[in-house]
Amino acid sequence: MELTFTARNVLIGATLLGALGGTLGSFALLRRQSLLGDALAHAALPGVCIAYLITGTKSPLPLFAGALVAGLIGSLLILATVRWSRIKEDSAIGIVLSVFFGVGIVLLTFIQKLPAGNQSGLDKYLFGQAATLVEDDLKVMAVLGAVVVAFVVAFYKEFKLLSFDPGFGSSLGLPMRRLEVLLTLLLVVVVVVGLQTVGVVLIVATLITPAAAARQWTDRLGAMLLLSAGIGAASGAVGSLASASLSRLPTGPVIVLVSSSVLIVSLLLAPQRGILWARVRERQAAERIRRENLLKDLYLLGERKADWATALTWPHLMGVRGQTGRELSRSARPLIADGLAEQIGDTLRLTPAGRKEAEQVVRKHRIWEVYLNRRLELPSDHVHRDAEAMEHTLSELAVAELEEALGFPESDPHGSPIPPRRSQRAAS
Amino acid sequence: MSPTLVILLVGSCVAASCALIGSFLVLRKMALLGDAISHAVLPGIVIAFLITGDRAALPMVLGAGALGVITVMLVELFNRSRRLKEDASIGVVFPALFSLGVILISRYAAQVDLDLDCVLYGEIAYAPWDTLTLGGTDLGPKALWVNGSVLLLVLLFVLIFFKELKISTFDAGLAASLGFSPVLIHYLLMSMVSVTVVGAFESVGAILVVAMLVVPPATAYLLTDRLGTMLGLAVGVGVASALGGYGLARAWDASIAGAMAMVAGLLFLAALLFSPSHGLLARLLQLWRMGRRLSGQLLLLHLRKEGEVVPVSTLERRFGWTAPRLRRVLSGLLRSGWVEREGEGLRLTPRGAEVLETTGRAQLAHKL
Repeated sequence: MELTFTARNVLIGATLLGALGGTLGSFALLRRQSLLGDALAHAALPGVCIAYLITGTKSPLPLFAGALVAGLIGSLLILATVRWSRIKEDSAIGIVLSVFFGVGIVLLTFIQKLPAGNQSGLDKYLFGQAATLVEDDLKVMAVLGAVVVAFVVAFYKEFKLLSFDPGFGSSLGLPMRRLEVLLTLLLVVVVVVGLQTVGVVLIVATLITPAAAARQWTDRLGAMLLLSAGIGAASGAVGSLASASLSRLPTGPVIVLVSSSVLIVSLLLAPQRGILWARVRERQAAERIRRENLLKDLYLLGERKADWATALTWPHLMGVRGQTGRELSRSARPLIADGLAEQIGDTLRLTPAGRKEAEQVVRKHRIWEVYLNRRLELPSDHVHRDAEAMEHTLSELAVAELEEALGFPESDPHGSPIPPRRSQRAAS
Repeated sequence: MSPTLVILLVGSCVAASCALIGSFLVLRKMALLGDAISHAVLPGIVIAFLITGDRAALPMVLGAGALGVITVMLVELFNRSRRLKEDASIGVVFPALFSLGVILISRYAAQVDLDLDCVLYGEIAYAPWDTLTLGGTDLGPKALWVNGSVLLLVLLFVLIFFKELKISTFDAGLAASLGFSPVLIHYLLMSMVSVTVVGAFESVGAILVVAMLVVPPATAYLLTDRLGTMLGLAVGVGVASALGGYGLARAWDASIAGAMAMVAGLLFLAALLFSPSHGLLARLLQLWRMGRRLSGQLLLLHLRKEGEVVPVSTLERRFGWTAPRLRRVLSGLLRSGWVEREGEGLRLTPRGAEVLETTGRAQLAHKL
């Protein structure tokens, strides 16, 4: 694709910003300060206006400096208000955000009425106009970005401590408060860098959305930072290309929608934390519990008459747990398929293999009951319900160790025999 | 009606309804959810525009209300999935929805008569000229109708559900055990936030709604500990900000909405510094008094232990105090008649001993 000069600038700027935002946003996300970036962006506006009023230029450096100072003042005010008054953090953020922004708007309307004001182009800071990025802006972005990255690399260990265990950091003698200010300062720099590209409102998304997406894939900070920067950069690149190739598609919002889509995919599909996989695991666990319960029911009903050969009728089995016929069929189907139970007409019974399988479930149940009764000294009429849950979660190894620790008990607190360990005879 | 009066009335209505609803947001530590809703209603408004083709008030309110509820539901969905913390949930949801709104506006700019600048900081100055006509008769400014109805709705909501709101705000567990559903109240409140926000949207814009929602209630929160008083004060501060902001904007020829936020900010700052109960100065004063009382007690205890006339010169060294501090403490005790001078020394008076005894017992009782 042939890129125009402007489109190339936008592409470079958005990619750079995405990477920076993703990096610093990761720390903000982990420190539960996601919305601080939002407040800083709004607070920067009056700084931009005052810098313009003082210098009368719209060259990037003075405006950056103004935004930086105002953003810092805003963040310090939030910290001070929360520490010294009864105002909570959420209100403090909301107050600084909206009042600073109000002051900024007042200044902006004031500037627009100045003779030279109309051409000031300051309103691009509101929504961001990536198309107004010029080479000088990119240079400033690149230099500031390099400084930010250098700081993050140099203070990686300290920032990690600050994010996860600031108390431990203080006990090591690290100046945690100063590190916090430094990290906030870096955040302000990134926010200010992003103002022109994506604007006041959407800055928070360039910080938080890539970080939230990256968080789903890894539990390691280093990997999260790289991944978050990558997602941010990719969203920036894809978003700016899309807005360059389609008409009337503003860059900032498109970038946000791209990174939001990545976030949704990550939330659903990330290997460990993915919601979809969690659902699958829940279903599998539920199915295993159903299966083990039916095995156990069949076994216990047989045990009562010491007769496992007679098949039990459907209504009889339904009555045990108050299941509907459909529920029972759903539990029975996998057992029949695995050859653990067989259906004869309207009746069901365990196969020899099924009986062995069922013995293991009952064994776990009864050994746990013995443990509760003897070691935790729970009365024998209090142990059944807990064992109902534990029989599905205990491993065979854990049960074998429990059995040994309890001195190989032969029967449970109610007097029922404990079936032997899965026999080794099959193997020998 | 003169244009100025219309603007003042609209501003006061917006300020009052925002202050009432915002008080509950501030007390429930959900100020930023209000911020999120105020941005996220944008696509709802745009979609209502696209469907109806004009700026009819009711579809806009419905569209915004729907988006407000969707925002709250999405935030809670992410939050409950435990993959994202609450702040992050808010931080990812509202920019996405706002982006959607901005893109819709840009794509369908021809059909949507909605200015992006207006979305951010509103234009209350146009309120007097955008009038509502029904069957050919001019019924007056539309913004006044819309915001007046919103205020009425909010007032009714707060009056009818005052008890429920109060209990579920301060003790959600108790509310649940009494049979009020905190979840239902929560969603009702959030719907009211959406309605308030959309009413205010055109007048003050997405971001300054937040100023009206959060700043006056936070100011009131610094001045009182009673919910009813807080609501009244918040409305007062809000209306004062609206009126003061208008005056300021006229004087400076600047954005009215921006000036309103600015005045609200100044009022908050004043309360933060000078509130008699929770202001910073009051707290400093309290700390200072406590320090002085403690020093006085220390000195009395010392005199009692020594049991006789203690030379003043030894006290300075004994406590490591500076001479002015010692003088201040002493003059207080002398004035109360708890110690008396005897030559170059000091002695505990019977009254001083009595005071020491009773405060000691009171403090002990307090500790027990």
